[in-house]
Amino acid sequence: MRIDLEPRGAPSRMLEILAPVAAFAVALLIGGLVVWLLGKSPVRAFQVYFVEPLTQGWSLQEIAVKAAPLALIATGLAFCFRANVWNIGAEGQFIVGGAIGGWIGLLTHGGAGQGVLGSWWILPAMLIAGALAGAAYAMIPALLRVRLGVSEILTSLMLVYVAELWLDYMVRGPWKDPKGFNFPVTVTFDSSATLPLLVEGGRLHAGVLLALVAVAVATVIFARSLFGFEVRLVGAAPRAARFAGFSEKRLAVAVLAISGAAAGLAGIAEVSGQIGQLQTSISPGYGFTAIIVAFLGRLSPPGILVAALVLALTYIGGEGAQIALKLPLDMTKAFQGVLLMCVLAADVFTRYRVRIVTGGRA
Amino acid sequence: MNPDILQLVLFTIVTAATPLLIAAIGELVVERAGVLNLGVEGMMIVGAAVGFAAGYASNSILVGALAGMAAGMALSLLFALLVVGLATNQVASGLALTIFGLGVSGLAGAGFVGLKREAASHLFIPGLSDLPFVGKLIFGHDFFVYGGLGLTAAAWWFLTRTRAGLTLRAIGDNHVSAHSLGLPVRRYRVLAILFGGACAGLAGAYLSLAYTPFWTPGMTAGRGWIALALVVFSSWRPWRALAGALLFGGATTLQLHAQAAGGFRVPAQFMSALPYIVTILALIVLSVWDRRGTTAPAALGKPFVPDR
Amino acid sequence: MRKLVMAAAALAASLALGATAIAQEKLKVGFIYVGPVGDFGWSYQHDQGRLALEKKFGAKIETSYLENVPENDSERSIEQLARSGHKLIFTTSFGFMEPTLKVAKKFPDVKFEHATGFKQAPNVATYAAKFHEGRYIIGQIAGKMTKTNTVGYIVSFPIPEVIAGINAFMLGAQSVNPNLKVKIVWVNTWFDPGKEADAAKALLAQGADILVQHTDSAAAMQEAEKAGKHAFGQASDMIKFGPKAQYTSIVDDWSAYYIGRVQAALDGTWKSGDVWGGLAQDMVHMAAYTNLPDDVKKMAEETQAAIKSGKLNPFKGPILKQDGTEVVKAGENLADKDILSMNWYVKGVDDKIPQ
Repeated sequence: MRIDLEPRGAPSRMLEILAPVAAFAVALLIGGLVVWLLGKSPVRAFQVYFVEPLTQGWSLQEIAVKAAPLALIATGLAFCFRANVWNIGAEGQFIVGGAIGGWIGLLTHGGAGQGVLGSWWILPAMLIAGALAGAAYAMIPALLRVRLGVSEILTSLMLVYVAELWLDYMVRGPWKDPKGFNFPVTVTFDSSATLPLLVEGGRLHAGVLLALVAVAVATVIFARSLFGFEVRLVGAAPRAARFAGFSEKRLAVAVLAISGAAAGLAGIAEVSGQIGQLQTSISPGYGFTAIIVAFLGRLSPPGILVAALVLALTYIGGEGAQIALKLPLDMTKAFQGVLLMCVLAADVFTRYRVRIVTGGRA
Repeated sequence: MNPDILQLVLFTIVTAATPLLIAAIGELVVERAGVLNLGVEGMMIVGAAVGFAAGYASNSILVGALAGMAAGMALSLLFALLVVGLATNQVASGLALTIFGLGVSGLAGAGFVGLKREAASHLFIPGLSDLPFVGKLIFGHDFFVYGGLGLTAAAWWFLTRTRAGLTLRAIGDNHVSAHSLGLPVRRYRVLAILFGGACAGLAGAYLSLAYTPFWTPGMTAGRGWIALALVVFSSWRPWRALAGALLFGGATTLQLHAQAAGGFRVPAQFMSALPYIVTILALIVLSVWDRRGTTAPAALGKPFVPDR
Repeated sequence: MRKLVMAAAALAASLALGATAIAQEKLKVGFIYVGPVGDFGWSYQHDQGRLALEKKFGAKIETSYLENVPENDSERSIEQLARSGHKLIFTTSFGFMEPTLKVAKKFPDVKFEHATGFKQAPNVATYAAKFHEGRYIIGQIAGKMTKTNTVGYIVSFPIPEVIAGINAFMLGAQSVNPNLKVKIVWVNTWFDPGKEADAAKALLAQGADILVQHTDSAAAMQEAEKAGKHAFGQASDMIKFGPKAQYTSIVDDWSAYYIGRVQAALDGTWKSGDVWGGLAQDMVHMAAYTNLPDDVKKMAEETQAAIKSGKLNPFKGPILKQDGTEVVKAGENLADKDILSMNWYVKGVDDKIPQ
């Protein structure tokens, strides 16, 4: 038995939309079957998991809050991955961005160092510092790659652990709250260092807008600009790009800087908008999850936005399922895995006709 | 340092390196065939859960190890179906596999929390294992350690000395021309992926059967990612993977020994970061010294669709 | 037809109302865990407390939990429990402090209980356990039992609870054996069995014959068993992992506290506050003393009884800091707030607190 793939001439728009929907349905069938085998109602599970979070104002906000960092990081990563630069250290760039940006919030705590300027500049400074720090941290693998030919896959991954441990050190040591009974947290930021809420009494913060802006800007860059063309060309046809006079090295540095800045910005937006202080750990793995989001969104910014929202929904629905149906968290994780695999598999059907041939040469 | 302590130190380095080595060798063969499987951590943790469960139920470490391998292979079969059968994106499929594996391991191991087994027995050859200084170090490990070394030798021999190994490398370097030469690209890749799954499962089973013989969720603690990094570090050469595993295992355990010996007053976070920093530095030195450049399989990570 | 639909709707509505009325009588109790319930350590012990609630109150309550909740993304999880009708919510890790307070502000009619924190509110109580009481006892046991006068101590992070544990251990040991030395290894994790085992091996290689741990897995206990040495368990009773090695374990036992708080919530007498329970409240529980000669066992039991009755305070003066300065005078006890924020070692500890 073998599987044959025949390329389709032009992928139809219809299929491109239908395929993920079908994938979703298949994943639901598998998940529903497991839930049913566990003796729970699949209908109720579906409702808790996918319907309820979409029907309430607060949970819609939560989906946006959870999706924002994923979309922002993944949009940056799309530049890297399209140019065949394998930055898997966005988690580290997120942490460094959040930490350095947050540091400004600590330095200005309680009105310190503001003088005649007032406090209006603190938030912009934090955001800029976060983005720059993320970009700077991504420069380590970038320079090692273009100068010494060291693979960025390895260095960017190793630097994630270094960043985690560095933040851990800073929060337990120099940055810890002097009135915090020696517990490892910093002071909570003043309101001048906190991203404003968009909904009174809610959780939707201005960081979500940053993600939307990034997605829009990236869409335009990819579609309209010479740089976007360069990224796509170097990734798809490196030889042609060389003939066209594009420098692969310069591009590698540029895309790593972009994705580092995006991750750093996501980091400081999360710290300032969601957490409100620095802790020993500031990311529940957004930098890694964003890699999946980037590919699920087919490396296109609007696709990434959709993918980030869907993934955020599965987290929030999963918590609902733990509470309402007492389904273990591991069920949610396994289901997320199944869902991702189904979507990836379905993608193939848009590009190829798939035939299962039996009895042929294996 | 007295020789007995030195022997113990070296002994712990070898045991710490073993799970990394076994998983890395498996992934190395997969990548040589041109496939990047980022699901090592997921296959490893499922190997640990199923390996412990089977070992506990059967009261046999061999059954446990085989079950761990089988579990790793089962997951890798899923991966093979996706990336070879349906030519999906390998990076995303591998990450999805890790998430899936973490969930499945928790479900499979749920009934085995708080249970324990005897650790794998260690080799003992009267006379040899008692030799001062080197006895225990060379002749006193459990069979996983020797298995890991054997695997390294076998992978080296297979990749460089056999026709099949040559074919596999040719496929990894250029699947299009390999296919036009009539080489069965997809069959080789599926087999390589299954081998990688078995290795990752075995590495996981080593953790739950020999290293710390019990099951707890998340007990691989990122070792699958380190194994992946080691493959790059090794420039896809088995013996260098062994060196890398020893280097990484060494940096991890040496800092603990240094703390235990006292007089080493550096922040614990710096000590914990040391293995990663050392790996980066070693990689820089290697690339400066070894000007031949990278030997990454040229087709690594690229989906393959045969045109007929 | 239209009437029929409306009648059906009314019926459904009344049914739904009835259902909520019944549900309201049932107290919903929620838990937030930082680790998986299967960690066989910190979160596992909290879940044992939850199960004790179910056993005790049966149909009067309903419990739910969210596990593996990252501290930096926990506000939503806590809010989700509050929104789904949970009226008493336990958040069981220090890092949940600020999120708990934020959610509590939004839900004034929901009662919150935060473990190991230091900020309260009208509807947020805090609770923690005096684990150092148990550590004083195992210090005495180690002081009596060590043959090499060297004890290996595996620690996670330099937070006050851990530092106070080291100090109490040392004071206990010094009370029976002034020559005892402790070798400390920071593993920088609460839970990585492989690394904990490696640390144990390193300490055994350096001549330690007894291992103490302030990390969660049973790895160190198993290493001690394998090497024919001894160890003390942490969080749960680890006797299964070291039948010949374990002297005792310091067990976290939250069930009595949880039962008391749920009872208070049911009776309408729940009040915010700060509870710091120890052996006396059975929040800290010593596993059976095993593998010990009778006289040492007797000593341990007597010390336990003395601490329990309040006759003995592990941090009673005189206490000297590492550099010899006196922090507590003879006849006085160290204040609670100084224990809760401890960041210095007592004399005799040969280590520097990582800062």
